[in-house]
Amino acid sequence: MSDEKKKRQTKNFVKLSDMAREDGRPLLHLENDDLMPLPRPLDDPSQERPWRPIPESAREKYECILDDTVAVNVPKPKTKEEEQELVKKFLAGLDKLFLKEDNWTFLQPLVLSMECCVKCQTCSDACHIYEASGYSELYRPTYRSEIMRRLYFKYVKHGGFLAAFEHGDIKLNWPLVARLIELSYRCNLCRRCAQTCPIGVDNGLIAHELRKLFSQEMGIAAKEIHDNGSMLQLKVGSSTGMNAEVVKDNIEFIDEEISEKTGIEVHTPWDVEGADVLLIHNAGEILAWPENPGAFALILQRAGISWTMSSELAGYDSVNYGLWYDDAQFARVALKHAEAARKLKVKRIVLGECGHAHKALSVIADRILLGEDNIPRESAMTLLHEIVMSGKLKLDPSRNDFPVTLHDPCNLVRLMGVVNPQREILHKIAPQFREMHPHGVDNYCCGGGSGFAIMSGNNFEDWRFHVSGRKKLEQILNAFSDCVDDPNVNKYVCAPCSNCKGQFRDIIAYYGLWEKYRIGYGGLVELIVNAMEDVKPGFIDWEWH
Amino acid sequence: MTALVFAILYAGLAAFLAASVVRAVMYARQPLHLRWELYPVPHEPPERVAHGGSYFEEPGWWKKPRKVNRLTELKFMLSEMLFLKALWEFNRGLWFRSFPFHAGLYLLIASVKLLILSALLTIFWPAAMAGTFGAVLGGLVAVCGALGAFLAMIGAFALLLKRLRDPDLKNYTAPGDIFNLLFFLAAFGLLAAGYLLRGPDYPGTLALAVALFTLDTAVPIPPLMAAGLVLTALLITYIPLTHMAHYVGKYFTYHAIRWDDLPASRAQEIQRKIAQYLAYKPHWSAPHIRADGKKTWAEIATTNPQAGGQAK
Repeated sequence: MSDEKKKRQTKNFVKLSDMAREDGRPLLHLENDDLMPLPRPLDDPSQERPWRPIPESAREKYECILDDTVAVNVPKPKTKEEEQELVKKFLAGLDKLFLKEDNWTFLQPLVLSMECCVKCQTCSDACHIYEASGYSELYRPTYRSEIMRRLYFKYVKHGGFLAAFEHGDIKLNWPLVARLIELSYRCNLCRRCAQTCPIGVDNGLIAHELRKLFSQEMGIAAKEIHDNGSMLQLKVGSSTGMNAEVVKDNIEFIDEEISEKTGIEVHTPWDVEGADVLLIHNAGEILAWPENPGAFALILQRAGISWTMSSELAGYDSVNYGLWYDDAQFARVALKHAEAARKLKVKRIVLGECGHAHKALSVIADRILLGEDNIPRESAMTLLHEIVMSGKLKLDPSRNDFPVTLHDPCNLVRLMGVVNPQREILHKIAPQFREMHPHGVDNYCCGGGSGFAIMSGNNFEDWRFHVSGRKKLEQILNAFSDCVDDPNVNKYVCAPCSNCKGQFRDIIAYYGLWEKYRIGYGGLVELIVNAMEDVKPGFIDWEWH
Repeated sequence: MTALVFAILYAGLAAFLAASVVRAVMYARQPLHLRWELYPVPHEPPERVAHGGSYFEEPGWWKKPRKVNRLTELKFMLSEMLFLKALWEFNRGLWFRSFPFHAGLYLLIASVKLLILSALLTIFWPAAMAGTFGAVLGGLVAVCGALGAFLAMIGAFALLLKRLRDPDLKNYTAPGDIFNLLFFLAAFGLLAAGYLLRGPDYPGTLALAVALFTLDTAVPIPPLMAAGLVLTALLITYIPLTHMAHYVGKYFTYHAIRWDDLPASRAQEIQRKIAQYLAYKPHWSAPHIRADGKKTWAEIATTNPQAGGQAK
């Protein structure tokens, strides 16, 4: 272990027993100096923006006893009795996680992850959050897992003295539960740690299951992904709040804009029965990056694909935030997506540029969608690859003659295995394409995974930019190290995922990367349209972002 | 004393097998989970394994025959089991300690198996053991046993030191972790000492193994070796009761989770099982779940908590 790592580790060390500390103080405080150094030109920590403190109003109302931020806003219990009641609820939920009637969905992987860990810490160095935080013990992927494991052996298996001897003891009280709630939202669920585990233990899964316990038993979840996320989607059809009428209006407006901008008349078809493809976007694209659905429409139209969008409830928004915290919400939304496709009798669902939507509907929901609901799902990467390689579009790569790097969304790549189609497209249309290192299935999360990209309450953004997004920021700066200082060269981070784009939008703005270094971002379809010969030049609107 | 040692050895072996089987059955009988694979999945065709790709990269994958390459999967598994490939790649420092330990265990297991073979041949086909073959077999038993014990003890000692001194491991080390390594050191140390320090009046390992099979309790066992054998029997009884049973769990974490990419549309059995699970009645208490102990998962999944203006 390097001296630097040792020094940082010692400074930010917390014991497992600290989770139950009753002093009402956070366990960790980080300064910019503590963090993993960034490469040039962001290599001076003193120039980095200071963290905003948690607002006093939040400190008064919510449990803010984990670290420098707060993601979940858990109200402080008013009495000891209330605390005990919450601990009881937690224990009831813990039991249910290990019952097949309540948690058949992930019981086997969870039990194996509880029982087989040899605590070798091989996973630790794979975690971008642990590394970026300057190896803060609290963020070690096994820290929360070990708390959970000790609780499992003590309270679920009722192991008594032998369990304490074999696995270590743990004190359970409300501060531990409150801290564990927050700590379950300090993991991007990217599962890079699981990939390195010699035994196959999965710390990402453990964080996921903890979130489930808190949501499904205690009704506690981050507001952005529950109240404003899955609940809103089930109410109006989209977590953006857009109902079918609004989304159709917006798409009509986008069609007009794209037609004007490209010189090609674009029309998005709605509710076409029997279409070959039902395209489902992350509806956030429609509001935040309208050129993305516009570019999709243009490409599919030009390629002669029989396609449609759906105005069914949730049929026009592929997000499924339940994936990150709640099986019931997950299943409900997945079934809505399938229902939209079934009603239109489409031959396949194609998922737009949204990583978690890919994994949710193609992989995780596969064993929920039975019979006629199990309509084939395909990645937009695969369809776009087929179109680009078919020669149906006349492409001029010189239009994309600027440095381009590719971000691999974890859900699409490591967790679904869609790795090469997007790279082969970039090799064809972007002459200055360069990989980040590492990339593909070994990629690092953007830092916005598992809902973080849409979470910005209190000062959570500061944590997201300084800690969870730091490793990716390092990768981006390194990918453009040959030209980062050149203000005349626009650089493009291609991120075929809405959540990742949200994280890039925010972190680029936070560090002023566009203004100072001309680092921009966008999706894959924008680059394809930008290279189309029959489209007016200059489709990519650099300044707009 | 010999009878007691033999009884403990048989009991230890039986307990080891029974506990391992019980654990395997417990893992295997858990419900089929939702897919949770992690790429690369080595049974994909080699051209896809190289970059970690899946069948989702193929247009119209659902219309094409599924290609599963068990050979690459086997190669991956063997290199993981025999050489601890993941540890080599991601935690080299620990590999230099863990590999000797595991290699030592493998060699000891090999030695015991060869010894059993030698004993059975001695009992049922003594002529086979009389010549060169017997000598080679005896030599292999000795080499595997000696090298195995040496490596296992060196590895266990190195792991113990690391666990006690490395700040990465200390926070997570329970008393049991130290005890386990000491247990290995004590059992193998006593066995080795018992073998090396046995007097001329005591029989060798082959004679002991033959006596074990023929239940010849007249064979004397040196006290130190008897202690080693008893401790080893207790150790093998203990292993499957702890997290050291990862030799069982690992099969499931790899084959049943990381590499389980079988689409439901290709397996009626999956559809049948899931239909059965959807009839389970969960008891989650959060209001938005709407679980009242009577509703099934299928009903809950098709309930919209926002329908009819109902609150969350």
